[in-house]
Amino acid sequence: MTQGIGTPCVPLVKVGDFIKTGQLIADSEAFVSAPIHSSVTGKVSAERSILDINGNRDGAIVIIPEQKITMCDKIKPPVIESRADLIKAVRNSGLVGLGGAGFPTHVKLSYDPEKFNIDTLVINGAECEPYITSDYREFMENAEDVINGAKLVMKWCEIERTIIGIEKSNPNAIRHMREVIEEKNEKNITVCPLPTNFPQGAEKVLVYNTTRRVVKERQLPMSVGCVILNVSSTAFIAQYARTGIPLISRRLTVDGNIVNKASNYSVPIGMTLGELMKKVDLRLQPDRIIYGGPMMGKSVYDPDTPICKTTGAVLFFKNLPEYKPTACIRCGKCLRACSMNLMPTEFMKAYEMRDLKMMKKLRVDLCMECGSCSYICPARRNLTERNKLAKELLQKLEKNNKEIKTK
Amino acid sequence: MNKLIIEPSPHIRSKNTTDKIMMRVLIALAPALAMSVYIFGIRALYLSIVCMGSCIIFESLFRRFVRKDFSIDPSPAVTGLLLAFCLPVTLPYYIAIIGCFVAIVVVKQLFGGLGQNFANPAVVARIVLMLSFTSQMTYWVSPFWYRDDVDTITSATPLAVEAGEQLPGLWDLLMGFHSGSFGETSIIALLIGFVFLLMTRVIRVVTPVAFVGTVALGAFIAGENVGLHVLSGGLILGAVYMATDYSTTPVSMSGKFVFGVGCGIITLAIRFFSDMPEGVSYAILIMNILTYYIDKITFPRPFGMVREPSVFFRKKKEEETKDV
Repeated sequence: MTQGIGTPCVPLVKVGDFIKTGQLIADSEAFVSAPIHSSVTGKVSAERSILDINGNRDGAIVIIPEQKITMCDKIKPPVIESRADLIKAVRNSGLVGLGGAGFPTHVKLSYDPEKFNIDTLVINGAECEPYITSDYREFMENAEDVINGAKLVMKWCEIERTIIGIEKSNPNAIRHMREVIEEKNEKNITVCPLPTNFPQGAEKVLVYNTTRRVVKERQLPMSVGCVILNVSSTAFIAQYARTGIPLISRRLTVDGNIVNKASNYSVPIGMTLGELMKKVDLRLQPDRIIYGGPMMGKSVYDPDTPICKTTGAVLFFKNLPEYKPTACIRCGKCLRACSMNLMPTEFMKAYEMRDLKMMKKLRVDLCMECGSCSYICPARRNLTERNKLAKELLQKLEKNNKEIKTK
Repeated sequence: MNKLIIEPSPHIRSKNTTDKIMMRVLIALAPALAMSVYIFGIRALYLSIVCMGSCIIFESLFRRFVRKDFSIDPSPAVTGLLLAFCLPVTLPYYIAIIGCFVAIVVVKQLFGGLGQNFANPAVVARIVLMLSFTSQMTYWVSPFWYRDDVDTITSATPLAVEAGEQLPGLWDLLMGFHSGSFGETSIIALLIGFVFLLMTRVIRVVTPVAFVGTVALGAFIAGENVGLHVLSGGLILGAVYMATDYSTTPVSMSGKFVFGVGCGIITLAIRFFSDMPEGVSYAILIMNILTYYIDKITFPRPFGMVREPSVFFRKKKEEETKDV
């Protein structure tokens, strides 16, 4: 019931109901939340509680699919005549950020135009994580949809220009997008080649590299006049405006060291990992399965874990080298790898001594957990893991402090 | 399905390891070792092997003694080789072994081992030997002494040459054909290693350039022989291999710069104003001790961080808001 960030939805169907493809099955009254639609045709067999990929308990609707696909008769292209219509349409489509964070897109678009002067739409096609190629395929296959989606948003939200950020490692995508833009003679849309770095797709890094604006701490990109949409999300807006089919499937990269042919699949949302594994050509039994990229993705522990709207990749690994942490030699590689200019090695020391003052001073809270420090560390220390723990500890303490103060 | 391994992200790691870094430093030191064998004879090689071997043995013995996990890694070998490079080639082996004991056990392991020592083990060991065995440590022989029929020919290092004596030429200084500690004389070989370390990204260019640059600038301002100051003594060895030691120098780039400049100033001060001919090791040791404070003041500024206004401005702001 939680697909991305926001309030969990409430099921609108009962056990035994017959569901058609594209039918609304769960929704929420809350603003920061996106409805969920059925990706299959079939009968609701159960409503139960599962553990999601983050280890949280979550409700799930189990639908046993039929062979025959019947589209829901309510599906029709939305009528968009104003900004409010666009926001409503995007909400009804169930769209969340397809890059991975899963922030409901309509929330991003419904900023207050009087408070924020938004002049730039940044389209995130950086796709900086290794292995993943789904955004690249989006550019190559759905270039027109990407541009149409950007145009829709620009038109109704009165945004002047669009910058499409693509890493230089994908020269084909850059060339293809430039050709399509030229063909359509879009003057307000530009392609910005980005350096091939991780984490290029993180919003603060992306905004800086495309517009040279620095997003201040605890601020959203809106504060510097930018709205960021993922490529796939942008293309989906255009597709939804054309067909009215809500978000029921997504493109997903399947890769890893035991996958015979790395490829992108279009997968119905809600499909379980076990079902996906039947279709994927694996050389060996995997001992590590990861949802998302290898840098920030999460290990899967249950073959029944469903694929969510935010799952951009499934990676299958076997026999990855195991690393034993050794002593920190203060080489400073983590400092230079950190895109936020933080000091992971000092965090580690502060965390191990539970030095809260130091942790605050070093600004653990700004860490975005991209994993670069752990990746680069020659001593194999689990820096990112400690940063996460330190962040959590600080948050808990601040909460406690507040409670004490209010009492 | 068989068992699945769960671990925190990231799931892939770079191939670089601490051991590989240490091996690269050893490789970088190899040309200098070869040159020193050519200049000062095979005893240079024996002395290096004795130092490296005894450092590894001391480290493993100590680790076994304190019941830490027993593993042989190349880091004590680096310390041993660097210490050997600071010794005169005629030094008796037992003195070198005492130096290794000081470096590994006293300076490194007693403070917690790899990455925890606050001072460079090789530098401190050299200073200890210098103070304890001054005559043996300053018994300099001429280059190619092993070829001559004369038993040994003592001669002064270029920095200690007294007025009237002849200085070695620039070419001899570059190639290392002058007396001194056996590893520090051949500048060419040391620079080859420097380029190798830069290319393999083991060290950054900042510290050596700041260090040597400061010394060159200072010597130029003081009207001394710049070439002599830069190319003789342990400056290049110290700047490239000791002032870039990870655990005893600042981590941030600006910190490394401050460290290099500080080393340069102290080296100059010792060379100009004290009785000692050489000050690189003392300079590095003093800056090692200051590293903690340099690290503190050269915090990198987090991306997008809002600096809290200082107390003065905060008060002012409050007053302004009150007026409104």
